[in-house]
Amino acid sequence: MKKIFNIHTIAAAIFLITFSACHRKLDLQPENANTADKQFSTLHGYKEVLAKVYGSYSLVSSTGVGVSDVNIAGISDAGTTDFLRAWWNLQELSTDEAICAWNDPFLVNFHNLNWTSNNIFIHAAYGRSLFQITVANEFIRQSAEEKITERGFSAQEADEIRQFKAEARFLRAFQYWVLMDLFGNPPFVTEDHPIGKYIPEQIQRRDLFDYIESELKAIENDLAAPRENEYARADRAAAWALLARVYLNATVYTGQDRFTNAITYSKKVIDAGYALKSNYKTLFMSDNDVNNPEIILPIAYDAVESQNYGGTTFLVCSAHGNNPEDNANFGIPNGGWLGNRSTKNLPLAFGDYSGNTDKRALFGGTNLEVNDVFTFNDGLSVYKFNNKTSAGVTPPSPNGVLCSIDFPLFRLAEMHLVYAESVLRGGSGGSTAEALAYMNELRERAYENTSGNFTSINLNEILNERLRELYWEGFRRTDLIRYGLFTGSTYVWPWKGGVKDGTGVAPHFVLYPIPAAEILVNTNLTQNNNY
Amino acid sequence: MKLLNHFKVFVLFCCCIFIFSAVSAQNTITVTGTVKNEKGEPLSLVTVNVSGSETSTLTDIAGAFTIQAPANSKLTFTYVGYKSFETAVKSTLNITLQPGDDMLSDVVVIGYGTVQRKEVTGAISTVTSKDFQQGAITTPEQLISGKIPGVSITSNGGAPGAGSVIRIRGGASLNASNDPLIVVDGVPLSGNGIYGASNPLSLINPNDITSFTVLKDAASTAIYGSRASNGVILITTRKGSSGTPVINFSTQVSAATLAKKMDVLSPDQFRHMVDSLGGGTYDNINTYKSLMGAENTDWQNQIFRTAISTDNNLSISGALNEIPYRVSVGYLNQQGLLSTDQLQRYTGGIVVSPVFFDNHLKVDLNVKGAYNDTRFANNAAISSAVYFDPTQATRANSPYGNYFEWASFDQASSELVLNKLAPRNPLALLELYNNSSRVYRSYGSAQFDYKFHFLPELRANLNLGYDIAKGEGKVNVPEYAAQNFLERGQRNQYSNELRNSVMEFYLNYNKSIPSLKGQLNATAGYGYYNNQTTNYNYPAFTEKGDTLPGTVPKYPYDKPQTTLISYYGRVIYTVDDKYTLAASLRADGSSRFSPSQRWGTYSSVAFTWQIDREKFMDNVSALSELKLRLSYGVTGNQDGIYEYPYQAVYTVSGSGSLVRFGNNWMGMGTSSAYDENIKWEQTGAYNAGLDFGFLNNRIYGSVDVYFKKTKNLMNETPIPAGTNFSSRLLTNVGNVENKGIEVMLTAIPVKKENTSWEVSVNAAYNKNTITNLTATQDPTYAGTLTGTNQIHSVGYSPSAFYVYQQVYNNGRPVEGVYVDQNGDGTINEKDLYRYQSPFPKYILGFSSQLTHKKWSFNTVLRANTGNYVYNDIATGAVVANMLNPLQYLANTNSDILNTGFINGQRQSDYYVQNASFLRMDNLGIGYNFGRILNDKASLRFTANCQNVFVATKYTGLDPEIYGGVDNVIYPRPRTFVLGANIQF
Repeated sequence: MKKIFNIHTIAAAIFLITFSACHRKLDLQPENANTADKQFSTLHGYKEVLAKVYGSYSLVSSTGVGVSDVNIAGISDAGTTDFLRAWWNLQELSTDEAICAWNDPFLVNFHNLNWTSNNIFIHAAYGRSLFQITVANEFIRQSAEEKITERGFSAQEADEIRQFKAEARFLRAFQYWVLMDLFGNPPFVTEDHPIGKYIPEQIQRRDLFDYIESELKAIENDLAAPRENEYARADRAAAWALLARVYLNATVYTGQDRFTNAITYSKKVIDAGYALKSNYKTLFMSDNDVNNPEIILPIAYDAVESQNYGGTTFLVCSAHGNNPEDNANFGIPNGGWLGNRSTKNLPLAFGDYSGNTDKRALFGGTNLEVNDVFTFNDGLSVYKFNNKTSAGVTPPSPNGVLCSIDFPLFRLAEMHLVYAESVLRGGSGGSTAEALAYMNELRERAYENTSGNFTSINLNEILNERLRELYWEGFRRTDLIRYGLFTGSTYVWPWKGGVKDGTGVAPHFVLYPIPAAEILVNTNLTQNNNY
Repeated sequence: MKLLNHFKVFVLFCCCIFIFSAVSAQNTITVTGTVKNEKGEPLSLVTVNVSGSETSTLTDIAGAFTIQAPANSKLTFTYVGYKSFETAVKSTLNITLQPGDDMLSDVVVIGYGTVQRKEVTGAISTVTSKDFQQGAITTPEQLISGKIPGVSITSNGGAPGAGSVIRIRGGASLNASNDPLIVVDGVPLSGNGIYGASNPLSLINPNDITSFTVLKDAASTAIYGSRASNGVILITTRKGSSGTPVINFSTQVSAATLAKKMDVLSPDQFRHMVDSLGGGTYDNINTYKSLMGAENTDWQNQIFRTAISTDNNLSISGALNEIPYRVSVGYLNQQGLLSTDQLQRYTGGIVVSPVFFDNHLKVDLNVKGAYNDTRFANNAAISSAVYFDPTQATRANSPYGNYFEWASFDQASSELVLNKLAPRNPLALLELYNNSSRVYRSYGSAQFDYKFHFLPELRANLNLGYDIAKGEGKVNVPEYAAQNFLERGQRNQYSNELRNSVMEFYLNYNKSIPSLKGQLNATAGYGYYNNQTTNYNYPAFTEKGDTLPGTVPKYPYDKPQTTLISYYGRVIYTVDDKYTLAASLRADGSSRFSPSQRWGTYSSVAFTWQIDREKFMDNVSALSELKLRLSYGVTGNQDGIYEYPYQAVYTVSGSGSLVRFGNNWMGMGTSSAYDENIKWEQTGAYNAGLDFGFLNNRIYGSVDVYFKKTKNLMNETPIPAGTNFSSRLLTNVGNVENKGIEVMLTAIPVKKENTSWEVSVNAAYNKNTITNLTATQDPTYAGTLTGTNQIHSVGYSPSAFYVYQQVYNNGRPVEGVYVDQNGDGTINEKDLYRYQSPFPKYILGFSSQLTHKKWSFNTVLRANTGNYVYNDIATGAVVANMLNPLQYLANTNSDILNTGFINGQRQSDYYVQNASFLRMDNLGIGYNFGRILNDKASLRFTANCQNVFVATKYTGLDPEIYGGVDNVIYPRPRTFVLGANIQF
């Protein structure tokens, strides 16, 4: 018996040793991935994550066009959750600039100005903005001074990481502006909140305004000087341009005018060395990344390297029908989605909309009137975005659909308009003469001579000029709200309110509702009025 | 520290075994004899057991045995498929065993061993081959469909080799796996998918299986610890048997027919609707009407066919040099209803069961292999057959392989221009798509069971198991095919490899303690399980072989892996053959959790009272068996989730998903969503059961009542935007309760020399309720949305439908008008309500088997009640889908005639329909020629019809849809089968 016990004691001991070695086999990690500490151990690793901060608004995911970072029940097409496409739907389809022929549920509600909180397109825009904010927050957390020190970077590397961090803060401020503009009071998460499961607090629009302002001012010195950063990365001028845009609309956001600040910051950008690109049309062609002195910050797309069925692919393809020559002429031989076109108010704002007088009038088709929302040929097509290069070459594309045009998120012309409007609205630090001069620079480019020049300007003309200069670039809803024309019946356009000739709508539509699904999961959120 | 505790438990168990092994010594005689079957043939490997002790031996090839037994004791003879026999000890015993009913056979397979039936403490159901479902069964789980109360098996449709959703007692989890653990001959299968195999189980040949044992309650399953919350299915395959080799050949031919068509508008109905509604233009010139063709095409007839299949199996079992063996081969050639679906399966298996050292070392070597050669049809053809315009011809003069496709004629170039946004011709989808796969799989085990020479009551059992598979396939689509027109066709490939290894070691000590009338059965063991998959990544190619830009994968392969390590122990103590107390303990460590959450401990206790053995029952002669079972146990769950959910893992994006910085394209360093605190899901379960038999077991059955409570549910839940790197996060939230009753009743109304009739009924009631969702404590929190319109919410069944209440006018639903539940004047998300559940309340099964002389008749029926289905085919039946501004017409489900809806009303409860059903699974007849060819062989013929009828109110194609959302299902065929079985 004793002997048996001894044998088994030894056996048990062997087991214990073998088994505890086995327990290390429970520490498994994925084959092709890094832990956070590994990823952030090099400057290159930081830059890869910074790429994701940018990629959150230029792509739908890190794993191709068919998958989205932002999963919304009811959306199966990942392209719908692209930042530009989602934001553009909310900013343009709700206005006189664009109307869509697709009969997808919830889409027609934008023209009708009768959307509800279960609108999946609204959810897509909301989810996308907050996703980019989340990714930026993590980057900012990982770039805290103590982390940089801990990880032993050289002084030069540390400076570069600080610049990356400032860019992440810029992109976060940009998305908070988007949310403030669309939803008023979004949830508020910063680098001080964890990644995990918790319920974010809601921030009030006015407080968010202050936060955006303070962030943009705080990062000014860490950002690269204007035009000194790599292409498609934000610099100091981008922060100024965003400040100018936010100040211009401050009355809407806070009830308080900030036109003087708008003048200051638009002027900073104007004086930073940018110039209007001589040929308006080429601003929106697939070689707009080269020889372009006007773009302050683009979202860069590429049919081969950076694929996305939102972005400018959406802007081009959705604007074209099924005429093969026409599609080939715009660099999308297999494109043509029969979706977006204009209501007559957009072309009519040019007077002669043939493009012979004002070269910015880039339209196709023949029917001004939209008799049937779901007939694509009703309403003029908008051919502003063009996938050909300025030399007429179609860039490489795997399928003749994807486009390579960069989208000008900030460009100099907008600053001219901000300056002029702020002066007219009583901001100080600028002059009416200079405002007129900036306006006429735009007119001279558009007309290719001085025949279209203004002799004087008024606020209404500025709104019209913004329409002519900036149509389809995501400004129209914000502009109409600032002018008090978006809701109500002062200004109507075809199909506003779901009626062919247009009708007034209730004032609460100046804000989008917080998506119903978010109200369900985030019990801290209070819905906007009347939704 | 925690680890140390686990070792202590393990060592403690080992010690217990050694201490009990100290007791020994008896007064014995030597018994010799032979065991034969009813035909007088010797039976080898019959277990000869000294009743109430662990002393046992096996008969040899000639059926002979020798055993030492106490003079006043009894011997029990047991053999699978035969009634056990008990008799007093004599020096010579010649025994004849009678074929028996396995339900009542005395040995029951449990986790890590077998026990006497009287010792069974948990809710365990066994189905052996004679009770299997008949007919063309190509995937194992279908053998027991409808046979066991509380086990629901829902096939994923009618495609060849399609798998099933198996749920035992309704499943315990919301998002982690609800699949039971499946253990084949002691080797747990991983749930990992094999590329090119629609269902990993389909590589197991059902003909090799002899029995299924389903462990349902926590007391039976807790020994499997973390993998057992959803029940355990033990599959035992056939082994070698007696001396003379037995050759068995079976063959089947079957014809599968389309049982029901999807209800779509006929060409005339379609014309009528388009004529009345399609006066408008889609492009200011042409009317919708003008798009109509002149043909009458039934697209379902175009894509479906009568599918012919054959299944052939040959096995030889016997003994070679006294070593039992079984060799089997099988060939299945199965067509699918879709005209390009085909599965060919080749299987082979060898089992060798030698014994060494005077029966002290038993070895089971088991190797099985399968090779599948499959062509998968393009299932998109099924939904396309619903939606494609029935007025168009199948064929047309077109550049798309001469199929009709939606295209417009371009005057300038005189060419057809494909409408790239329109639906595609169903027939072209099928015929121009070739997805062919080859899958190789081998699994097996080497099991060594050693009875210690100096201590025969103690056994050491080592089981080494493996399961390796390789799946690979190619998808080819020609350049001209409309389905991949933009990609210029396809020449793509996929492949992966599975490598699962299992090591189990346990000690079992089985000892009778006569002084206490006690019987002790103790087990302690260790298990190591590793599952590794290698998934290869390939770029996408055009038909011509050009790489599509942006599709070159960053990594050539990925290799997800999980490891589980376990320690376990169990003690079963029986007193006086009447009272059995069992307890088990298991500790599991999983690589899926962080070191601080990694280990989970699971335990169970159970008690059985064999009431019929009590003195006071002696006078109740009508009652042949009465047994009470009580148990409680805790089990865990970690399967079915992503391998690394607790870690922030950064991957760098590849080609096509790069970001421009200056003139460079950067890969994006992307973090996964994670929850660093994610941990085990735990289920505590109570079970009370009663087994009974009357009139010498002419009527027998069981009743079980259970209550399960699962906490820390792993649920992939939508999270507030801004809090993680995904819109949904897998995390532990909430509790779920399951309660239910299961009844099983078998009666043998007729049992005569020439005629016997057995009927069996089972019924299960299950109620599943979410009791807590801790993500937020707010009472206004509606719950977690799942899919488009289902919700998990407190107080309701999981995945309850969450919809608007439709308003009707004269019985017709009014478009877009819903009940304002909260009366606030607007219809918004606050007016959604929970309406019914996709899960059945009652699941019923009925089997009948009648044998008269050489004829046999059998049938199986199943019914579910209380289950609802969201008819997501009918939701598309709206005018907006028929007349599409993208310049095409589409057919729809005939429900449009009932609603007349213009736009989709996907959130209406109108589409949530009662899907209770009664299905006759099987109706069969057999004729047994008996011994033929001078008594050298036996022959049997069978004819079966499967899926004979379905009775239901549900208006869609098939009410039996797991999860309750009816998108397009591959129709389950009605199959007619002829079979023959010959044995030499």
